[in-house]
Amino acid sequence: MNRMLLKGGRVIDPLNSRDEVLDLLLADGKVAELGPALQLDPAAGRTIDVAGCWVTPGWIDMHTHLREPGQEYKETILSGAEAAAAGGFTGIACMANTKPVNDSAAVTGFIVEQASRAPVNVYPIGAVTVGLQGRRLAPMGEMAAAGAVAFSEDGRTVADTALYRRALEYAGSLDRIIICHCQDNYLFGQGVVHEGEIAAAFGFAGIPSLAEEVDIARCLLLAEYLELPVHIAHVSTRGAVALIAAARERGVRVSAEVTPHHLFLDHRAVVDLYYREDVEYARRSQLARFNTNSKMSPPLREPADVAALRAALAAGVIEVVASDHAPHEQTEKEVEYQYAPFGVIGLETTLPLMLRLVGEGLLTPAALVERMSVAPARLLSLRGKGSLAPGMDADLTVIDPEVDWVIEAAAFRSKSRNTPFDGWRVKGRTRLTIVGGRVVFAA
Amino acid sequence: MEKKIFAHKDLLGIEGLSVADLELILDTAVSFKEISQRSIKKVPTLRGKTIINLFYEPSTRTRTSFEIAAKRLSADAINISAATSSVKKGETLADTVRNLQAMAPDIIVVRHACVGAPHLIASRIGARVVNAGDGANEHPSQCLLDLLTIREHKGRLADLRVAIIGDLAHSRVARSNMRAFAMLGIRTRVCAPPTMLPREMGVFPGVEVCRTPEEALREADVVMMLRIQLERQDDVLFPSLNEYARRYGLNRQRLALARDDAIVMHPGPMNRGVEITSEVADGSRSVIMDQVENGVAVRMAILYLLGGQAE
Repeated sequence: MNRMLLKGGRVIDPLNSRDEVLDLLLADGKVAELGPALQLDPAAGRTIDVAGCWVTPGWIDMHTHLREPGQEYKETILSGAEAAAAGGFTGIACMANTKPVNDSAAVTGFIVEQASRAPVNVYPIGAVTVGLQGRRLAPMGEMAAAGAVAFSEDGRTVADTALYRRALEYAGSLDRIIICHCQDNYLFGQGVVHEGEIAAAFGFAGIPSLAEEVDIARCLLLAEYLELPVHIAHVSTRGAVALIAAARERGVRVSAEVTPHHLFLDHRAVVDLYYREDVEYARRSQLARFNTNSKMSPPLREPADVAALRAALAAGVIEVVASDHAPHEQTEKEVEYQYAPFGVIGLETTLPLMLRLVGEGLLTPAALVERMSVAPARLLSLRGKGSLAPGMDADLTVIDPEVDWVIEAAAFRSKSRNTPFDGWRVKGRTRLTIVGGRVVFAA
Repeated sequence: MEKKIFAHKDLLGIEGLSVADLELILDTAVSFKEISQRSIKKVPTLRGKTIINLFYEPSTRTRTSFEIAAKRLSADAINISAATSSVKKGETLADTVRNLQAMAPDIIVVRHACVGAPHLIASRIGARVVNAGDGANEHPSQCLLDLLTIREHKGRLADLRVAIIGDLAHSRVARSNMRAFAMLGIRTRVCAPPTMLPREMGVFPGVEVCRTPEEALREADVVMMLRIQLERQDDVLFPSLNEYARRYGLNRQRLALARDDAIVMHPGPMNRGVEITSEVADGSRSVIMDQVENGVAVRMAILYLLGGQAE
């Protein structure tokens, strides 16, 4: 019998309406029992004192890029999973834009096989179309059978609306959602940063909010017409929030996610990475102006967009926070801004940033756990996850909400360092990450 | 007389400069103009200094102007033309910079198609960096030679009315000038097809956007025409060169709306018959060749202030 007792933690389990100090017994990879003053014979297993810590169902990041197969110099499934464990995630979903693309059961199976040695659960997301080329449907049924939990063209959209319709219909028959990366390719053009004041002042080619919103509108109309669910990835504009809220209002089955960087930074970061006066920087070791770690797609938008995203997250219009962890090697990012690849990493910075939202009063601890665990588990239909009821999987994130520390990219488990948050003084850190009853990370 | 110091390591843009900085460069340029009129056009000011002209975009006028400026100050000027970007060449800009640093240049003059490339170089090298144009962001030496030319012809800068007409969205000349004009109290009117106008023109204080070139030109002291980049035709920014010339080009009739003593400027190279007619470009109001001449003096001043002042 493999047992473990977590003593004295604040158990936050919104699915079961629980938020109280309780002991929690894990046995054989499952949650066995919750109660006050539980005891465990030392011969039967470890007892860990987690007084002062939050004990939550394991956090799930439903949007990451693990770069394996094909770009293992940026990240591997193992290094990404180790970063996830350190960041408090017990499960991560990985996007299909690997090399080769995850558009077949063979690649899905490869990922599942590699992931069997990883410290956290890795959930492959299959491509919607073969090679992400937007022409023919990928074999979604075979990929689902091999372990794909959802489908997405992330990094691009499915421009052909008729094909998109077929993809949604087909995925619906598999009870898998499609995660929509919404971007009108023509409006996006050769854009580099958000089309706004910064782009105008410094002569950057702009990415208009409209590029995102036009495509979201299309996805919402498809979802409404087909009466099927869609999940909108990395929402970044206030207009998008309004579209999603209105669609939800009239019964469209839409869910949406937002990234930490879109909640904490706006496009001023392009010209000064350290523009935030209310953030304490332990060091400012990165280039402040035109730092390519401020370049991502969708781009950092305007202060009003950040405010709308935060409000939508608080109200539950946006149900999920996902990191869009996008590793790039340092030399790839240390180039001309325009030539730098889009994307930043987030597996090891999301947790303290989300705790900051709780500190700011935007989210209650229960709402935080909803966004980080309950909702992603539900959207990806992950059985046994997102809840700490007896019998559920013993996937837990144990958080010390009080510890002060400094985000240090150089110390990341990830192979990549491309974060705009290096040097931020933050509060709250992963104390333990437990997957299947096994401690995979301990601070 | 108190010697004024240019207290910046680099000249990356008009942004970040003060009015005093602008005046210092212009005044220094005036004192250098005389050298170009001598029979032996050379002073020893920058003897022993190495200046690298690192041009990632084709340029004849600006590169030659910087090269002549360096040589008239007795610096050793080396031209590096990287026809394609560092990325396409397989070497990163950072590596190129490391290599250049090893050769111990004093000043690097950079032209690059990407916004911020000179800033990236400046952050990684001890040498002083002059931005000779970065994407659509800044072209400070062009702005300064424009200011010098305007000041020579108008006797002042404050309270003038300037009209800028053309592709504002993609113009680094316009961005540098709009910044400087705002600092100097110059009233700026701009006009462009809406497709060539940044969405947020409000970031340039004091700039009035006009619907027609006629409106922008009225009562102008200075008319500044921007180059139409012919390759932009593919971006569907305007239907045809012919139509552009008709609606926005500067011809004699339109110029008549400006003040009688208005001067006509163009950063070059010109598309004759598109943004400007030959009649106007070569006419009595055109100061386009003065701009070129002042370019050398302004660049001498910049190189001197960055590289020669310590001695």
